[in-house]
Amino acid sequence: MDFPTSLIQLLNAVQYGLLLFLIASGLTLIFGIMGIINLAHGSFYMLGAYLAFSLTEGLGSLWLALPVGVVLSVLFGLALEWLVIKRLYARDHLYQVLLTYGLILVFEELRSILWGDEVHGVKVPEVLAASISLTENLNYPVYRLAMSAVCLVLALGLWWVIRRTRLGMIIRAGSVNRDMVQSLGIDITLVYRIVFAAGVALAAFAGMLAAPTSSVFPGMGNQVLIICFVVVVIGGIGSVQGALVGAILIGLVDTFGKVLTLEVAGFQLLPQLSGVTVYLLMAVILLWRPEGLFGSHD
Amino acid sequence: MSAASPGRRASVAGAAVLLACLAALLLMPLGVDKFYVQLVTKMMIMAVFAMSLDLLIGFTGLVSFGHAAYFGVAGYVLAYAAPQYQAASLWVSLPLAMAVSAFLALVIGLFVLRTSGVYFIMVTLAFAQMLYFVFHDTKLAGGTDGVYIYARPDAALGEWAGGWKPFDLENFVHLYYVVLALLVLTWIVLRRVLDSPFGRVIAGIKVNEPRMRSLGYATFRYKLASFVIAGTLAGTAGYFAAAQFGYVNPDLLGWHLSGSAIMMVILGGMGTLGGAALGAFMMMLLELLFQGLTKHWQLLMGCSIVGVALLLPHGLLGTVAAWWGRRATTGDTERTDG
Repeated sequence: MDFPTSLIQLLNAVQYGLLLFLIASGLTLIFGIMGIINLAHGSFYMLGAYLAFSLTEGLGSLWLALPVGVVLSVLFGLALEWLVIKRLYARDHLYQVLLTYGLILVFEELRSILWGDEVHGVKVPEVLAASISLTENLNYPVYRLAMSAVCLVLALGLWWVIRRTRLGMIIRAGSVNRDMVQSLGIDITLVYRIVFAAGVALAAFAGMLAAPTSSVFPGMGNQVLIICFVVVVIGGIGSVQGALVGAILIGLVDTFGKVLTLEVAGFQLLPQLSGVTVYLLMAVILLWRPEGLFGSHD
Repeated sequence: MSAASPGRRASVAGAAVLLACLAALLLMPLGVDKFYVQLVTKMMIMAVFAMSLDLLIGFTGLVSFGHAAYFGVAGYVLAYAAPQYQAASLWVSLPLAMAVSAFLALVIGLFVLRTSGVYFIMVTLAFAQMLYFVFHDTKLAGGTDGVYIYARPDAALGEWAGGWKPFDLENFVHLYYVVLALLVLTWIVLRRVLDSPFGRVIAGIKVNEPRMRSLGYATFRYKLASFVIAGTLAGTAGYFAAAQFGYVNPDLLGWHLSGSAIMMVILGGMGTLGGAALGAFMMMLLELLFQGLTKHWQLLMGCSIVGVALLLPHGLLGTVAAWWGRRATTGDTERTDG
């Protein structure tokens, strides 16, 4: 691979990784703070993408669709927490898995009823539709660069909220000792509701950002969910930094697994088995650090 | 006396129900259409699969979300073992399928059992998904479409028995009784395992693993053994499923099947073998019912799963048992009073 091609793949890898981070950070926060394993998290990504599709059609541009979509997904998250998720706090992980698996079926079928089963596309906004040329015939789309930039800004914002604000302090305290926070006069149920809605909004926002590049199709949430599990396992459950490192690692391994070729004894391993590489990475990290790169030992 | 009798009465009732079910299953093919015989065959295969998962979830306390991996891979073994348009020998391909799923469970178990709790759930899912992609993305066995198995396994014995064929799996009634035998055998094997000292240890691990470790048990090995037994039984079920359906595809090791299996175990009542089997039957009936109602049957199925998780944590059998227990206790109280 020559240098421009490698650069393009590297940019793609980072962009994919950052997108995964947005989804995985919500997953890891919801687990770390609320103790909920949420299989339906991928559905929120799908919801975002379909919202981007419908709202862009209805409002005329992705710029308007993004804020409206975020507001809608926050409302959706609040409602879902209030209706269903709050009943799971005191329950065993087994029931959380079962219930959120049921939710996946419900959301996937509602999607089929509301939007049908076709594949849709979302137009890239005109300002960002250009490409930067790297060589005579290799270009890199500006939209992807903008995606990475937005994800980076959000990652920094997340870090700032969790580490530097009062809300972040309460959230961190709540993840360590729920009862103590409550006895200090803070409404922990409200904090949980905010965290859950924020997680939903992050995943949905990722879906909206990705819609113009990846198209909008049935089952897109499940694909991303399992990769995000791998990210969270690699990074350590509950750790936002871990999610960032894990997501970038997965982005690199997945992207380069698809473009490199590797043959052993005449049998083509890559890219034929590129779907497997991220799981192998996970297996290696499990052998080395079963609690994940940034996980605590308890 | 009053303390012992409700328990004994319950177990007598349990045995009676079990025998009645067995009798019903034995007689069923005599009176119904081919469609129902095949349906119940599929249900019994799923019951074996659900019981194997119950060994992990209900008895060892390991929530595996990747149990379909062993089910599906064993099916693929049968597809490989069958020469094109010819039948594989049952006596070769079945042990082979079981051995492959046992080996797979051993290797995956060595990784996943290093984790626990919610990590375990995610990691079992991820490994199953990895295998899914191996079959989905490569040309090993038909990719996304899978492959057909044109002939069911051949039960003819070797030269030493003069090529005698005790049963013919192409015949749907024969297949039914073979699968029924498998169900009964699985039940007996699991019952023996659970009643053995080994079963006591895994029960202890489920309740309190650190305590079992401090009592001197190498808990990792016990969990691994349980994982391998469950994987092997799941593989056996998957082998017969592939034989019955006549095809294999990557969905047989997909996570929807793993999720359904968890639903079966909880719907029936986890921690009881009968519950897992009942759950499998009920789940298939629900599926059939919903599919008849609407093309969006997954919506109804999803709602039922949410409902079971919220309202029926002990499953059908657990709820009935609790009701029975309450009735028996009140009955005793009345007697002591009188």
